[in-house]
Amino acid sequence: MSSSKNFTDKKRSITDLELMANTIRQDIVKMLEKAGSGHSAGPLGLADIMTALYFDILKHDPNNPSWEERDLFVMSNGHCAPVLYAAMAHAGYLPTSELSTLRQFKSRLQGHPERNTLLGIENSSGPLGSGLSQAAGMALAMNMNKESHRWVYCMTGDGELNEGNVWEAIMLIAKYNLHQITAIVDRNNIQIDGTTEHVMPLEDLRAKWEAFGWHVIEIDGNDMEAMIDAAAMARAIVEKPVVIIAHTIPGKGVDYMEFDYHWHGLPVGLADVAGSPPANEQAKVALKELRTLRGKIKNESHHD
Amino acid sequence: MIDLHLLDIKDWGSEPTRKGFGRGLVLAGDADENVVALCADLTGSVQIAPFAEKYPERFVEVGIAEQNLVTVAAGLAHSGKIPFAASYAAFNPGRNWEQIKTTAALNDQPVKVIGAHAGLYTGPDGATHQMLEDIALMRCMPNMVVIVPGDSVEAEKATVAMAKDTRPNYLRLARDNTPIMTTSDTPFEIGKAYVFSPGKDITIVATGTMTSVALDAADKLFHDGIDAEVIHCPTVKPLDSATILTSVRKTRRVITLEEAQINGGLGGAVCELLSEHDPVPVIRMGMKDEYGQTGTPAELFNHYGLTAKHVMMTAHEMMS
Repeated sequence: MSSSKNFTDKKRSITDLELMANTIRQDIVKMLEKAGSGHSAGPLGLADIMTALYFDILKHDPNNPSWEERDLFVMSNGHCAPVLYAAMAHAGYLPTSELSTLRQFKSRLQGHPERNTLLGIENSSGPLGSGLSQAAGMALAMNMNKESHRWVYCMTGDGELNEGNVWEAIMLIAKYNLHQITAIVDRNNIQIDGTTEHVMPLEDLRAKWEAFGWHVIEIDGNDMEAMIDAAAMARAIVEKPVVIIAHTIPGKGVDYMEFDYHWHGLPVGLADVAGSPPANEQAKVALKELRTLRGKIKNESHHD
Repeated sequence: MIDLHLLDIKDWGSEPTRKGFGRGLVLAGDADENVVALCADLTGSVQIAPFAEKYPERFVEVGIAEQNLVTVAAGLAHSGKIPFAASYAAFNPGRNWEQIKTTAALNDQPVKVIGAHAGLYTGPDGATHQMLEDIALMRCMPNMVVIVPGDSVEAEKATVAMAKDTRPNYLRLARDNTPIMTTSDTPFEIGKAYVFSPGKDITIVATGTMTSVALDAADKLFHDGIDAEVIHCPTVKPLDSATILTSVRKTRRVITLEEAQINGGLGGAVCELLSEHDPVPVIRMGMKDEYGQTGTPAELFNHYGLTAKHVMMTAHEMMS
């Protein structure tokens, strides 16, 4: 496998990346409507960060998922699987036509990601709180093997920070200064039972990470350029591990979903949610909004 | 019949199984630089210390955080390491079962879960620390291998074998001195049970340190005119069905013996096997759906009916 080539060597413009994120959002809506179950808000909110990771930040080769020099991406919030699968498909890990098999019998796209079903997935996840620890193990192995210039990115949800396991990892990573790890917190402020501050307050979240010995960068997680810049800064900081607290809009790009916690654990087209279109119209409305960038592109009628 | 090179009862030594694990881990580390160890603030107690002193760069101290213990281990295994993650069995796998399932077993990573101070030998610490449910917990987990060595010599061999095994493994260890029955020449292979004492009247299947109790009972039963066959079963999963079924075809009655919950433990495993393949009467000896309590191991083994005398009484009952 000496012929590995870094997929992100070819730099794409911010506009191209934003268009890719929009395509991924449309795929997420279609996948969830077809599947009839799954989470909507988180994956839509993460489309920009995941696009930044798979199309700009990560060193990886979709043609050789086991490339020994690749960066590692650990998704700890496995319920956001649709955005992972869509980003991986567009990067070339699987055919985009396979996305419609999400959550179906014998599909490689299991309801929550499984390492042994799809090459390129580093860790099985879904049960929350374990990803950052696994990232720590991977970074420790890199240190033992004296491998530098490899990075580990770990995505966690914000509700996920309720789990004690995460804080165990946060302490250990600071103890061993595993600075090749960059944690990304999807700060979308919602979880299943309501807002994070209602269910189990996380604030002052920055102060908490800092008190545990981490360097904190806060960004607008739906700003492509901000994410790419933050990742570059995170790689440059070696005296501490870095967490990017990425403020994202849950349901980003679909008006009726944005900021509404009811959409955390619901798929498009399954349930009637107050303030949203009826179930059978939801996907159509969402896709139209995404395709037209919320009406900015007018000449769209032939798609209806 | 191959010679198992066992010691005569009068020559038995005494040592905790965890000591054998400690020696085995150093040997495994000598043989393969990918062997690493993690501990949760019990380095001396669970005998990780000899490895940590020899290979400090391959040792990770996670603090009192058993969920982190196995998930960090899973990350190390992901990246080619063979991690031995050790704590007390009450917490590992008592506290972190889901993490072991999702990050080690479902991923099929070679994480080695070491549960020390398991069972009644943790006597004075009381019920919270007497892990009796670990065999059942780990036996029901797909991909997981469950090993309960009979003595410290076998624990050393089991540890070396685990380092070469590509599956996730669980190793159950005891705190106190227990009899040494085997020698360096006694065979050990993961997945194999061994007829430690041949007989024809009744089969006693024992795991872990309880095999010494079974051998003691069988020796005395012989003088009572009962010829018991003792099968030592250090791998509870996968169970060595052939060895057990061969014995049962001959004896037609079975006692199982473990210092763990019989529900889901070795007793459960043997009954599952026999009810499907050769239903014969079975009496399961072990903890019967109850918790332990504070006491010396001798007091507890006597109270819960797990001494050689109790095994003899059970055998007599089955033969009459």
